[in-house]
Amino acid sequence: MTEAAATLEPLPDIGGPAQPLLTVRGLTKHFPLKSGFFGRGAGVVQAVDSLDFEVRKGETLGIVGESGCGKSTTSRLVMALMQPTAGEVVFDGRAVGGRELPLKEYRRQVQMVFQDSYASLNPRLTIEESIAFSPEVHGLARHDARARARDLLAAVGLNPDGFARRYPHELSGGQRQRVNIARALALRPRLVILDEPVSALDKSVEAQVLNLLQDLKAEFGLTYIFISHDLNVVQYMSDRVLVMYLGKVAEVGPVEAIYAAAAHPYTAALLASRPSMDPDLRRTEPPLTGDPPNPINPPAGCRFHTRCGFAEPLCSATVPPLHAAPAGQQAACLMVVPESGHSRAPKVAA
Amino acid sequence: MNEPLVHVRDLHVRFVSRDATVHAVNGVSFDLAERESLCILGESGSGKSVTLRALMALNPPRRTKLSGTVRVGGHDIIAASERKMADIRGSTVSMIFQEPMTALDPVFTIGRQIAETVMRHEDVSRAAAEARALELLELVQIPSAKRRLAAYPHELSGGLRQRAMIAIALSCRPKLLLADEPTTALDATVQIQILLLLRRLQQEMGMGVIFVTHDLGVAGEIADRVAVMYAGKFIEEGPVRGLMRNPLHPYAQGLLGATVHAGMRGERLTTIPGAPPNLERVPQGCAFAPRCPHMREECLPKVPDSRSPVPGHAARCVLVPDAMSQAA
Repeated sequence: MTEAAATLEPLPDIGGPAQPLLTVRGLTKHFPLKSGFFGRGAGVVQAVDSLDFEVRKGETLGIVGESGCGKSTTSRLVMALMQPTAGEVVFDGRAVGGRELPLKEYRRQVQMVFQDSYASLNPRLTIEESIAFSPEVHGLARHDARARARDLLAAVGLNPDGFARRYPHELSGGQRQRVNIARALALRPRLVILDEPVSALDKSVEAQVLNLLQDLKAEFGLTYIFISHDLNVVQYMSDRVLVMYLGKVAEVGPVEAIYAAAAHPYTAALLASRPSMDPDLRRTEPPLTGDPPNPINPPAGCRFHTRCGFAEPLCSATVPPLHAAPAGQQAACLMVVPESGHSRAPKVAA
Repeated sequence: MNEPLVHVRDLHVRFVSRDATVHAVNGVSFDLAERESLCILGESGSGKSVTLRALMALNPPRRTKLSGTVRVGGHDIIAASERKMADIRGSTVSMIFQEPMTALDPVFTIGRQIAETVMRHEDVSRAAAEARALELLELVQIPSAKRRLAAYPHELSGGLRQRAMIAIALSCRPKLLLADEPTTALDATVQIQILLLLRRLQQEMGMGVIFVTHDLGVAGEIADRVAVMYAGKFIEEGPVRGLMRNPLHPYAQGLLGATVHAGMRGERLTTIPGAPPNLERVPQGCAFAPRCPHMREECLPKVPDSRSPVPGHAARCVLVPDAMSQAA
């Protein structure tokens, strides 16, 4: 332990390749609303509601969903940046925040890159100081931390001699995002959470950063959670995809299965909402009408039933469980649960 | 009268401040026919929004130096007084913005804001204006429109707010609608609803539309013609099919290659190295040359002329063959 802290080498794999790197069980976050100045009744925002998923070693799990669906809350809960209302996060077999895996040691292994590249860098530190900061906190000698910062700048494609002494405001958005990535890698983490890392970048810069992320994943043996609202980017980056709707999992599974044969009607609508690049394939009807409902009072039963084209009375009464769908993914829809009572549910042969 | 709806020739826009002069738009020329939709594609800082604002004289008057010709619906926009512009805005040309929450006034109801615009331009009573407001909300497909007339902007969701802003922009039946990234702030399922609504309204009302976007998908969904902007110039312009399938300019090719679309998993993305030029100095020659994989010596001394290998599709690049002049 002391030796590892002094040199900050990557921490060893504990459970072997079969054990998921991250397991999330029943994760829930409710934000209470105060009945305040405007006299609104108090309630709770059910930002994330009993979420279960796992991230396997070496994969990229993409998380997609619209604003307010709980993507970012999920990432902050996984990072232990906020206290969950209920549920637990298990990292490589050890509960996060328990005696086996204290927060400081956990955070060495899990790092995050945020969407806003400027707000997430300290404006008064040079790039080199920003990157070297956390290795120093974790016990690396200052000289070694600086050397590591320069190595990482080179690894993310920024010339250390030209950039190390600069301040964040002197960099372009793409360069700043590279610095954020370098900083996230400074502790040799095993899991990196990328929360909309390219959403604020122009297309040509976005492509550079996505290529870089793929290279770094191979070079450092990383596992990614990649959060985005851009379905094409998620398809490009991910091995498995988790689709969220109003704080719940709508569908989760291999990227090929979900993009080729979406089992949940929400996933299908989301995929069909992508503008087509081909003017001859223009859409004529929007796949969904209306906006996502307010997460303060989410619809009862299946949360999607208010916008779903296949909704039946049953859907507003039953919360659909995650169930295996034909193409290999799992979906929370009564249409994939055999004998659920929905008219399109598969019938089990007697 | 054969004048096109929009006629822009050699438009230059500079922003002058004490520290620096930024050459945001450097010689843009184009025409837009009635009922036509043009999409201006470009990355941040390419001058696309500034060009759009110049069509409505919305750039800050004290710091902006304009030159060239801008005519919209027969009006000379550059010469028009502020009083004249107030008449032109709304009835001839109007605009929708990216962020409806900042474009709408938070202290007035939606109905009041629409009625105000109608009363400013048409000599009607408040009752008639409010009746018109209700029609407009129904036109943009706001559910339970009557109730929403009395709603304040903060009470509406993002999609409904954007619809309300479209209703205000259309309230005086403009001939030209300008849209500055109107769907960028919206969720995917709402974005496609707004795009389809705008396309339908454009056809029903017979408007010309100019869209500014950085999203190729939006252009593919709505445009008749596309112009690609780089460092304050149109570097390529053409019909949407031709430009999306067969881009001529290396920058347009790079932009299309760098955009992730379905089914690219496992491939490496093509990137454009480097960054756009600083516009505090007007670039000599082709502004893209420092990043261009095909750069030659002839790119540097002067800006390449626009060359057109097929009618209606032109690019400013020395590599593009000029079929039109060879045939002549």
